Order: sequence, then structure tokens, then C-alpha cells
Amino acid sequence: MFNKLSRVCYIYSDEAACFAIQKGLQASRSNIKLFKHNDMADLERLLKEQETEDQKNPRKARVTRRFIVVEGLYMNTGDICPLPELIDDIDLISANMENSLASIGGFCCGRSFIIDHQRLSGQGYCFSASLPPLLAAAAIEALNIMEDNPDIFQTLRTKCERIHKALQGISGLKVVGESFSPALHLQLEESCGSRENDVKLLKRVVDYCMNSGIALTQARYLEKEEKCLPPPSIRVVITVEQTEQELDKAASLLKEAAQSLLN
Amino acid sequence: MERPERPRANGCGGAHGALRNGFVRGPPGTQINHIVHNGGLYKRPFNEAFEETPMLVAVLTYVGYGVLTLFGYLRDFMRQWKIEKCQNATEREEQKDFVPLYQDFENFYNRNLYMRIRDSWNRPICSVPGAKVDMMERVSHDYNWTFTYTGRVIKDIINMGSYNYLGFAQKTGPCQEAAAKVLSQYGAGVCSTRQEMGNLDKHEELEKLVARFLGVESAMAYGMGFATNSMNIPALVGKGCLILSDELNHASLVLGARLSGATIRIFKHNNMQSLEKLLKDAIVHGQPRTRRPWKKILILVEGIYSMEGSIVRLPEVIALKKKYKSYLYLDEAHSIGALGPSGRGVVEYFGLSPEDVDVMMGTFTKSFGAAGGYIGGKKELIDYLRTYSHSAAYATSMSPPVVEQIITSVKCIMGEDGTTVGRARVQQLAENTRYFRRRLKEMGFIIYGNEDSPVVPLMLYMPAKIGAFGREMLKRNIGVVVVGFPATPIIESRARFCLSAAHTKEMLDTALKEINEVGDLLQLKYSRRRLVPLLDRPFDETTYEETED
Repeated sequence: MFNKLSRVCYIYSDEAACFAIQKGLQASRSNIKLFKHNDMADLERLLKEQETEDQKNPRKARVTRRFIVVEGLYMNTGDICPLPELIDDIDLISANMENSLASIGGFCCGRSFIIDHQRLSGQGYCFSASLPPLLAAAAIEALNIMEDNPDIFQTLRTKCERIHKALQGISGLKVVGESFSPALHLQLEESCGSRENDVKLLKRVVDYCMNSGIALTQARYLEKEEKCLPPPSIRVVITVEQTEQELDKAASLLKEAAQSLLN
Repeated sequence: MERPERPRANGCGGAHGALRNGFVRGPPGTQINHIVHNGGLYKRPFNEAFEETPMLVAVLTYVGYGVLTLFGYLRDFMRQWKIEKCQNATEREEQKDFVPLYQDFENFYNRNLYMRIRDSWNRPICSVPGAKVDMMERVSHDYNWTFTYTGRVIKDIINMGSYNYLGFAQKTGPCQEAAAKVLSQYGAGVCSTRQEMGNLDKHEELEKLVARFLGVESAMAYGMGFATNSMNIPALVGKGCLILSDELNHASLVLGARLSGATIRIFKHNNMQSLEKLLKDAIVHGQPRTRRPWKKILILVEGIYSMEGSIVRLPEVIALKKKYKSYLYLDEAHSIGALGPSGRGVVEYFGLSPEDVDVMMGTFTKSFGAAGGYIGGKKELIDYLRTYSHSAAYATSMSPPVVEQIITSVKCIMGEDGTTVGRARVQQLAENTRYFRRRLKEMGFIIYGNEDSPVVPLMLYMPAKIGAFGREMLKRNIGVVVVGFPATPIIESRARFCLSAAHTKEMLDTALKEINEVGDLLQLKYSRRRLVPLLDRPFDETTYEETED
């Protein structure tokens, strides 16, 4: 998507943006400025700095494009961006069909002014094979289901809040993420000293749960490549199909695991 | 340069004599023979030709572009002064005082040249892209700014544009049945990455099978071919390494090389002297400022270059690689399944050992009728990639029915499904390729590339002929892909045919008849039937450019 940018561009991105965004920004060869996670004051400071620089060099300012990149729901931290404070209208939304739509691939949407340019210059669009029709059909059907049953969103939200509440108060683990986020992280309250040991400890918790019937995974990162490496954590993901008993069982199992292994 | 008394073969790497790259020249006056022997490096003749653009055609092409540009300026002027209605999307009112999003020139080409012949691209098809395909008819009432569907479906168009080399794009048959079964068992999506919760037993089965197919120790599969290159090259090389990349490498290889942070130097397309000079310089001079030796030298080449139809000179590349101790990354996107007596790719085509290629990469999109890519090589390499590849850590794994399609098609090609269908298809493709190319050359078209490459570029040159060729062929029920700037140099626009094992001789004959007619109608038979020697380009100092990111 970032192929339309060139060297005279500034991109302001949240520092907790996921790896895919980081690589896209790197591929665009523009100047990247990171602002602190969800800190609008920091973003404003950066924009004001840019403004003063522009006033010193108005000719360059006229050809320098600026973009702000944020995530809707941050994968690495489980919280959302403060959209109303940020802007009044969005130019381009890029989304992933691989999570909620259980298909493969992604899409970009926005005004045709912006999107039609992608058709000739988006590298992933022009130089890559198209999506197999099977997966496109799966995504279409998933969207149809979402449109026909709008109450599943409320059901999901209720379940998220339930599990979020149930996981509070586990000794040794803290919940990171908004209460309505279906993907949250469980981080260690106190680190063991090194990242390696933290990872090993979390692995034991995960294995305990796996052996008792709850499948969990640790969040995986490429440690050397990330700009702001998040601390080691267990990724907990909720789906609308889980029953309340299953959610309660998961929470109690995690409590047990934490108690026996972390204390 | 001395003139040889009699034909001589020449070895690679020491081409200081009269013969470049060892092609055999007969005595003066006879027809120049392209057969390359090269001191025993090649076990079979290597016939590749790129006939030079005729001068008149080049001049007329430039004139054509000049006229189009003038008209473009005129139309822009009229649009600006509101004499003509402006049809393309514009910025929002509130954003008018923002810095413009697109540079004017990019958009100029788009508005004034591409828009005129836009109906030749993005054509919607509505059936499986086999040997014949159905297309939805669309019309434009405002000169291609918008399209509407008429509702009619054009049926049974002979498909000369899909990458369907072995004919696995089918909606019935063993592959489809197996894929349907797996779909009902595993579903369509995986919803996780390979390192987290997305590693299925199907993926492991696929990887073992691919490793066996290629003859390597181990392999790893990814969901997207483009991402295989762009996300794994950065994991293999980094700062302090050198990448030697062919001039005409695919965008995914270029992106991967850039993202890695290594120094990139480009050698002329398939030119071994150019590559050798770069290697020598790299070893002798080392890194640019510090003069330290390079940590790693990686040569990036492709098996078949899809825009030129040329095949990489693999025996010479491997000889150079061994001499200068560098690594080789071979992208077999188009050549896997399509070359070689049993479809094992360009390595088998030249009779070489897969152990000589350090990283064998390929895609499943072309010959296997699926989507995705793979990397094969030594076990240590693949184990390293399982941990450090960007795709393994962050990208969703391949979809199970797609994996099953690949497994079934690979087994078919290898003959493990108990039939000889796979072998027959590989042979059919080779026959189709030879026949089609021979007939087109006889008709007098300029065809680029190697005799054995199933990608056949037919030169069009002039901008108007790009659109005309596409439309005329569609009228005659043949679907072709036409390519122009910026995918090719500005005067070298072409039509690109992709042959398939699913094409029968009757289909090819029909297609050839129509191409002949259109060729006469549009005056495309430019060939002067003068066989030009291979790569007779003088060796010059401007062989490489260095880019550092």
C-alpha cells in the first residue's frame, strides 16, 4: 500500500504498531516518526515540531506529504486508538480477513481517489497472484453472516467482558487489553529477570493448560526485528462460539496453573 | 578481436577471446548458430534469442508516444479550463489545500494513456482458468472511465494468459475432490501463524512432500509467493552483506533485497561476464568504505523470467558461485513444474544437482493450480527460517484446502498417485511450447526468449497496437495478456502467451490461425528473420549500480 509514497514523506505511526505495519513503513522509504502508544499529546508535539520546520522551509513543505498510521485494535497491546481525538475522517482503512472472517488475505477500502491508485501501483496487488476463489467465497459468506446477524457482536462483547473480569485477580499474571477486546495478553506481574526465563515460565503455564483441555499460545515475535518489543505474554483469544461454561473453565484452569507454577 | 578459423567452444569465466559465452560461430557467410556448448557445462543446446527492434518500428513507437503525450497535455488543459468534464476521482474539498497525494506525472500516464486501453486489463472471468475460460462481457459508454456489465457471459475463450502450465486449474478431478474433503474437515481459514497455533499436520505433510519432490533435505511453505521472497530474504542477509541481483528480477525479489538492508548491485540480464566482474570486484575491494570482506554474497536469479521468456544460465551461475564462494538464491516461480523431463524445474532441465543451489524458492501458483510459495534447501537453513522468517512469526499459515490441492498435484506430477498423468502433462507442455514457438517464428513475429520456455512474449512495440491486439483477439474468442509500460521498457510492449499442458493441438492451431490474421491486420510481423547472435553486447564499465538503503 505504501508504494505511492516517496522520500519526501513523513509518516507518524504509533510505536506499538504491529510488525506488518513496521515493514510496510520501512518499504515505503519515507521518514518515520513514532509517537508514544496512544499518546495524543506526543503526536501533537511531533506535528507542531514539523510545523515549525515547515515554516523555515516553505518550498519543501509544499511537496512533503504527511500520513498518520494507527491500528484500530492493537494486536500487541489489546487496546484501541482514540479515534475521535485523532481525526474527523479516515482516508484509507486496511483490514485483515484472516481473523474475524476466517479466510486468507486482506482488503483496503476508502475513497476511489485513493484506492484506484493502488490498482496500478500497489505491489502486492499488481505483482502477486490473486486470491483463490474458494477463499474469496468464504470471506463473502462470512460478511453476509455478519450482516444478517448483527447481534453476534453484542454476544461477543459480553463474552469478552466476562472473561476479562474472570481473569482479573490471578496472582502472578496481569491482564493487558481493553475489556471488550477479544484478544488479550496475560503478562507476568513480576519478571524473573531475563526474557528467556519469562518465556520458559509462561510455557509451563501454557503446557499445563494444554494438558487439561484448554489450548493457549504464547505471543511470538521476532525479537531482533521489532522496533518496540512487547514483554512476553500468553495470547488469550475469545470466540463467539465458546459457551459460558467453557469460558469459566478456562479462567479457573488459568488460576490453578498460575497458583501452582508461579508462586 | 581475432576471427576464428574454425568453430571453437569456450569455457565460462575466461571469456577473453573472440567468443563470448562460448557460442559457436561458423565460417564467415554462413548462418550464425546459437548453440552454446561452453566446454561441457551445458549438456543440451541453449537456444535463446532477443531480436533487435527494427529502427523504423522504434522511431514510429516514439512518435506514437509523442502524439499521445501531446494529446494528453491538450486534454488536461481542457479539463483544467472546464471545457471537458473531469471524470477521474479527485481530492475532497477540505483536503484541497493539503499537499497533493500523487505526483502529476504518474497520474498523467494513468489518465491519458492507460485509460484509453484500460479495457484490456482487469477483465473479470467467471469460470476456472483452464484451457478455456468464460468472461463477463463489459462495455464502457464513457471511453473506459467506467464499465458496466451487459449481463452476457462470453463462453469458451481459449485462455492463453493464465499461468496454468500443467493444466491443474480444473474444477473436477482428483485434486478438486481431495481439496473439497479437506475443506469440510478443516475449514477455510487457519486464524493463526505457524509459530503460534497455526501449524497443521497438513503443513508438515506438504513440506516433506515438497522436499522430496525437489530433492532437497527440507522445505518450508508459505501462504503467499510474493511474501515468500520479500519476507525471507531479509531473514537470510542483512547489513554488511552483498546482493547481486539480475536486472530483470521480479518486484518481490527487489523488495526483499531492499528490506534486508544489504548492499545491492545489479548485473545485466543473464550476462555472465557482468556477474563475474561484480563478483571479482566484491572479493577484491570488499565493502565500500571499510574495505572489510563482505559477510555474505548472495546471487538472486530466477528460473524463467516471465517478461522475457528467458531461462537463467544456471550451469554458468553455479560455476561462478563455486569459484567465488557465494550463495545462490534461485526463484523458480515459473520454472518449477514447467521445465525438466519430470517437472522438477530448471535444475533438472540442465541436469544439475539440487545441492548446488543454496536456496531453492518457488511458488505453487503457476504449475500447481494453488497459491503460496516454498523455500527448499539444507535442513539447517530451513530450521533457521522456521524460527527467524518474518512469515513464520507473523503471517497466517496456508489454508488447508489449498494445501491439499498442492499435495495432490505434486503427487500426480511425481507419479505417486498411480497414474502417468503427471508425466504426460509435462511432456505435453514441452511439445506445445516447441510447436507454438516454431509456428509463430515461421509466421514472422518477433518472439523473445528461450526455445523451451512456456512463456512466449510476442513483441508489439507501438502503444496503439497494445490495445488493438487485446481487443482483436478477444473478438476472435482468444484471451491474451498484453503488457506495456511500466512493466516493460517503454518501447518494448508485448503480448505474452502462457502455454499449458491443457491446450490441445486443435486449440493451439485455432489460436495460431487467429494470431496470424491479427498479425496481418495490425502489421505485427516485424521479424527480419536474421538470427542475431546471443548476448553480443560489448562489455563495458557501466556494469553495475550500487544502491544502499
